[in-house]
Amino acid sequence: MLRRYGSQYAPAVLMIAVAVAAFFAFPFNLAFLTRILIMIVLVLSLDLVLGYAGIATLGQAAMYGAGAYAAGLFAIHVWADPVAGLLIGALAGAALAALAGLALMRTHGLTLIMLTIAVAQICSEIANRARDITGGADGLRGIRMQPVLGIWEFDFIGRTGYWYAFAVAAVVMVLLAVLVRSPFGLSLRGIHQSPERMLAIGAPVYWRRHAAYTLGGGIAGIAGALTAQITQLVSLETFSFALSAEAMIMLILGGTGRLYGAVIGTVIFMWVHHTAAANDPFNWLFVIGAMVLAVVFFLPTGLISLPPALKRLAKGGRHAGS
Amino acid sequence: MDLLLNIAVDGIAYGMILFMIAVGLSVTMGLMRVVNLAHGGFALIGGALAHWLGAELGLGFWLAAPLAIAGTVLIALPLERVLYRRIYGFGELQQVLATIGLTFLMIASVNYLLGSTLLPIELPPALRQTVDLGFRQLTAHRAAVIVVGLVVIAGLWGLLDRTRFGIRLRAAVDNRDTASAIGINTSSIYMLTFALGAGLAALGGILGAELLPIDAYYPLRYMVLFLIVVAIGGMGSILGSFVAALAIGVIETASRYLVPDLATIVFFGFVILFLAVRPRGLMGSA
Repeated sequence: MLRRYGSQYAPAVLMIAVAVAAFFAFPFNLAFLTRILIMIVLVLSLDLVLGYAGIATLGQAAMYGAGAYAAGLFAIHVWADPVAGLLIGALAGAALAALAGLALMRTHGLTLIMLTIAVAQICSEIANRARDITGGADGLRGIRMQPVLGIWEFDFIGRTGYWYAFAVAAVVMVLLAVLVRSPFGLSLRGIHQSPERMLAIGAPVYWRRHAAYTLGGGIAGIAGALTAQITQLVSLETFSFALSAEAMIMLILGGTGRLYGAVIGTVIFMWVHHTAAANDPFNWLFVIGAMVLAVVFFLPTGLISLPPALKRLAKGGRHAGS
Repeated sequence: MDLLLNIAVDGIAYGMILFMIAVGLSVTMGLMRVVNLAHGGFALIGGALAHWLGAELGLGFWLAAPLAIAGTVLIALPLERVLYRRIYGFGELQQVLATIGLTFLMIASVNYLLGSTLLPIELPPALRQTVDLGFRQLTAHRAAVIVVGLVVIAGLWGLLDRTRFGIRLRAAVDNRDTASAIGINTSSIYMLTFALGAGLAALGGILGAELLPIDAYYPLRYMVLFLIVVAIGGMGSILGSFVAALAIGVIETASRYLVPDLATIVFFGFVILFLAVRPRGLMGSA
């Protein structure tokens, strides 16, 4: 019994240990580490939508951006409390996903992928046109947050930002872990594997997918709100196709349909990005392009499948690698 | 009245370009069932080659354009053999990822070789003069685009409806397994179709450079536009792509003329509404 629980909680303990160690090991890179944590939240939202519910989307940035702008505007005009801002971001992301989902969930395959990209482009265009409210291409500036829970001030080095993002990422992770084990989460997996059968046993497939898309949108909105509050700036880039594509690459790199896969994929991708991209975005495109093709051809189920495969190989069993 | 005619002429020319670029995408998607996000990359390669042959080597347009199209086909053939062939059987997600990766590599390569600036293609004098239609002046280039578009659809119709290759291709689109079971060499059909699609994309990229300017980020910038044509036309349908491309060309041009501030939003709004009502497009089968 103890063993079972030990192995169940080991990854969670390990992740907390890594987060604490990273804080002390890289005290001058806290901004970068915080960005990893925010991306983890975004990729987790994508894992729910794409990994569990099987909704192929290349437009998760739409909800991320909506959450970022909503939280930024809320902080400037209404109330600069961070936690309230997170809720507003989540609501904005969920509302956009619920609205777009009404149309999107009716489509499949290529059409669905294209429409998710289109929704993000519409959002970007609206934010660009509504210059008076959003600052247009200059971005939304002047976000000043109050202390987290009224206790911890945001500081220049980003210590508060780091722990704040870590706490939010951990809460999201736990919520998702509960959600995917719930009957709702199981029905999403069922729909992913065979929509026809789920329909036949009476599951409302369209509305389940819609609910998953809305929930994923809410979590992406939280990620957006985090970035608005911590970097104190929201730009049109939050809606960009590149962000959606990168989030998808991180997820598949780590392995879909497993929450830890999303975390591992994000950390590795961001680290490679940090070291390889340097100043030249085009060289970065070479690296990312080659990396993506390598994952598709050699690690189709993601990095998370690597340890068991290696273990089988090391044991030298007859079915090694299969 | 003038306004309507302007919208019609510009919209149709624009639609013809979209058709040339997107038709290959539609046919390969209908045939190989592969979600190919890198298709715009072939239009980029065609345009970039035409620019390089014209500006760097000093070849005239009439020589540079066919050479650029041939060059694009020569690049597409080994790509189909080495890369695409392997992803036909993959899941949708893997295909999306692989073709995004390929798109990134194409962008990076063009940038590495030619830089990230605009890559203009100089038109010959014959295409720069204007033609008087009575109600408006039309550049010969626009007229040529419309004529070439009509030739392409007529040629494709002839190819598919009147030749042995066309019969085999239609059989393979309808049912791949049965087609290959009765002895049709689907593998070579895939390759030829893919090369044809890439060549047409290059043609569209070169002719459309005035409307859709060529630079390294071209495949990403216009990816949604090309995908919209395929989604609305219905995968695998050439006539569907043609109708969809013309309709999209006219609607987008109209929204640019009539509501310039909201053009993108109005346009995408139409597209989403249409696809919510008809998820399979105009003439989609699968």
